[in-house]
Amino acid sequence: MSEKAKVSAVGLTKKFDDLLVLDNISFDIAKGEFVCIVGPTGCGKTTFLNILSKIWPATSGELLIDGEKADPKKHNIAFAFQESSAFPWLTVEQNIRFGMEQKNLPKEIINERTEQMLELLELKEARNYFPRQISASMESRVVIGRSFALHPDLLLMDEPYAQLDIEFRYHLEDAVLKLSKMTGSTVIFVTHNIEEAVYLAERCIVLTNKPTTVKTIEKIDLPYPRDICSKEFTDIRDRITDYIKWW
Amino acid sequence: MKIKGKKRTIIRAVIGLSSFFLIWEMIVRLGIIPRNRMSPFTEVIATFIRKITDPTPDGATIIEHFLTSFSVAFSGFVVAALIGVPLGMMMGYNRYAKAYANTIFEILRPIPPIAWIPIIMLLLGIGTSAKIFIIFVAAVVPAVINSYTGIKRVPEVYINVGKSLGMSHFKIFTKICIPHALPAVFTGLRLSLNTAWVALVAAELLASTKGLGYMIQIGRVLAKPEIIITGMIVIGCSGAVMSGLLGLFEKRFAKWSRK
Repeated sequence: MSEKAKVSAVGLTKKFDDLLVLDNISFDIAKGEFVCIVGPTGCGKTTFLNILSKIWPATSGELLIDGEKADPKKHNIAFAFQESSAFPWLTVEQNIRFGMEQKNLPKEIINERTEQMLELLELKEARNYFPRQISASMESRVVIGRSFALHPDLLLMDEPYAQLDIEFRYHLEDAVLKLSKMTGSTVIFVTHNIEEAVYLAERCIVLTNKPTTVKTIEKIDLPYPRDICSKEFTDIRDRITDYIKWW
Repeated sequence: MKIKGKKRTIIRAVIGLSSFFLIWEMIVRLGIIPRNRMSPFTEVIATFIRKITDPTPDGATIIEHFLTSFSVAFSGFVVAALIGVPLGMMMGYNRYAKAYANTIFEILRPIPPIAWIPIIMLLLGIGTSAKIFIIFVAAVVPAVINSYTGIKRVPEVYINVGKSLGMSHFKIFTKICIPHALPAVFTGLRLSLNTAWVALVAAELLASTKGLGYMIQIGRVLAKPEIIITGMIVIGCSGAVMSGLLGLFEKRFAKWSRK
């Protein structure tokens, strides 16, 4: 583990009975860094995130935050899931407040951050609506707002825009980049879309097929906002595609 | 537009109901069904109005019958809700609670409430508590099943949100599972309420001297269909009113699920 690391995975291994899914995965992530994880379909990306979030226990190895064992009760870990996870019984505003209330943040901070998220994610008009009354794109923004409002030590995002069309995806990707810089949160974003990964990430961790290990870590040193048509962008995208492709 | 639609629905309901009463009246007045087997609608209404003050021939006014039945049905329903809802929720959330309670529940569930009467008479006699118990037995089943299903259907992703936020099992249960299960719980309570009124007649077979079920029984013994139908209509209307009141609670506590 490097001294500057905010989040460190040390030898993470996961077995389901005899099936080895994750094999000794290690990496460091600096504070505020935006890292994307890509890999072949079915390589265990979601399993990997579930272990990072402590939803599932690792068979061996550890996730460290600031050098301590990660503990959702102690550390601020937020997770934006692939499936819609805005609570249907809460309004847009109540959904954004939910995580902060569970962490017992002071009321003034909750009020301030809720207003900030509603403003930044253009949800002010819909603050009193229930999730069933808003569009899929707005619902995704609610989940992003709930996650970032915590100013998490670690935010895990598992293909949160998989259901959305391309226009909304770019819109939300820009919103996520803006929020990650604003809150200083460390983000691990899992996607199967390499273009999305290159658009967002400062570093891209490429995983292998099962048993999954880290194939390579690609640094993406392009300025934001990135031009997806530039030669540098397409070169990196093609290089990562070459790492992943099995055909 | 919405008001127009609502008005139209009310008009259609009134037309449907009026047609039903008219056909009923005609069938009896024209002798298609003999008068000694069925009373016309207007006679039932007249009986209802007369029974508001007149205790004959069954020994109590309709208000006394109603209050007796209501207190029994409501008590049985409340006990069923207080026991059934938490039990179903616990069975849905905790596998140990399910393991302990499920087998006995599955064995007791198919026994019809009426089959309990002999053993309840031996255990509790023939008083109010026996009647409340019969209604409880009938009403607790839908309360348990729907609360159990409501908790079981909480999507895993919501529970994972709670876990990733470091919430305790108790908090996940109270802050995520219960709110999500509320619409199913209310559906169960509505069914419980209906079942409570259905079981009322069976409960009042237990040597009653008052109550709508008793009134219906006397109507049968005296071959007075207007008394039977008056009792039936009051049961139907009471059930509908209580169901409506429950709907108001649902609107207050689970308004997110209403279209």
